[in-house]
Amino acid sequence: MKHHAQAAQAFAIGLLFGIGLLLSGMSNPQKVIGFLDVAGQWDPSLALVMGGAIAVGLPLFRIAESRSHRQLPSWSGAPIHLPGKTGITPRLVLGSVLFGIGWGIAGICPGPGLVLVGSLQWPGLVFVLAMVAGMLLFRPLDKVLSR
Amino acid sequence: MNIIWDPASLLAALAGGVLIGLAAAWMALGLGRIAGISGLLGGLVDGAPDRAMRVAFVGGLLLAPALYLLLRGELPAVRMMADTPQLLLAGLLVGIGTRFASGCTSGHGVCGLSRLSPRSLVATLSFMGAGFAAVYLLRHLLA
Repeated sequence: MKHHAQAAQAFAIGLLFGIGLLLSGMSNPQKVIGFLDVAGQWDPSLALVMGGAIAVGLPLFRIAESRSHRQLPSWSGAPIHLPGKTGITPRLVLGSVLFGIGWGIAGICPGPGLVLVGSLQWPGLVFVLAMVAGMLLFRPLDKVLSR
Repeated sequence: MNIIWDPASLLAALAGGVLIGLAAAWMALGLGRIAGISGLLGGLVDGAPDRAMRVAFVGGLLLAPALYLLLRGELPAVRMMADTPQLLLAGLLVGIGTRFASGCTSGHGVCGLSRLSPRSLVATLSFMGAGFAAVYLLRHLLA
């Protein structure tokens, strides 16, 4: 039963997140490229997406962190598990650079990719299938690299 | 540099960002997790635990356009900027890169920066820097 309630919440969160992506312009590759193209016709509006998200995120994540430190659970009863903030590793930087190159080529990151599939934009499906393939390649690649 | 200042799209970006921030905070306070899309989807691909929750979240993202259409009558304009080979390469890089970095625009950029995480700041500066560089290379130097 608890799992159903958690899944229902996750579904609603996904909907809200997706509506936010659509409204903000993040799910339009032209706008994303316009934001990343500082040497062309620069469209700075997407900086406000992160700005708006962080403005509401700052106080609310503070509450989540304080609850987590006091070992208080989330609303669903599941423990609040937040990842560590340190650990600046080569794989963090290298992985982020690879991601950024891909983001710059297509103007699509993971969330907007899924939203584009839901908008029946078939190029979005091509991107998402390749992204899932990349995620599948990660484990074997990681094994080879860390040998 | 020419800057485009369009008040309507600035306002929409801000409002959309607020909704994204609320969704991310809801995930942390309600389910105790980070709303990182690459992590939640990647865990689904890897067969990680909490499968139902992951499927539900991804399902919500996939159905968000239908709800948006219902609420507003039309979907926002979309223009693709890449052809099929570019989409394939970009998708592969995004899939591999976000898994190596344990996060993408949502996990590091929204949740991590909201938590003032140095690790996420480094990740965000790295992928934004690489994004700016890739666009400059593809649309100016090689165009």
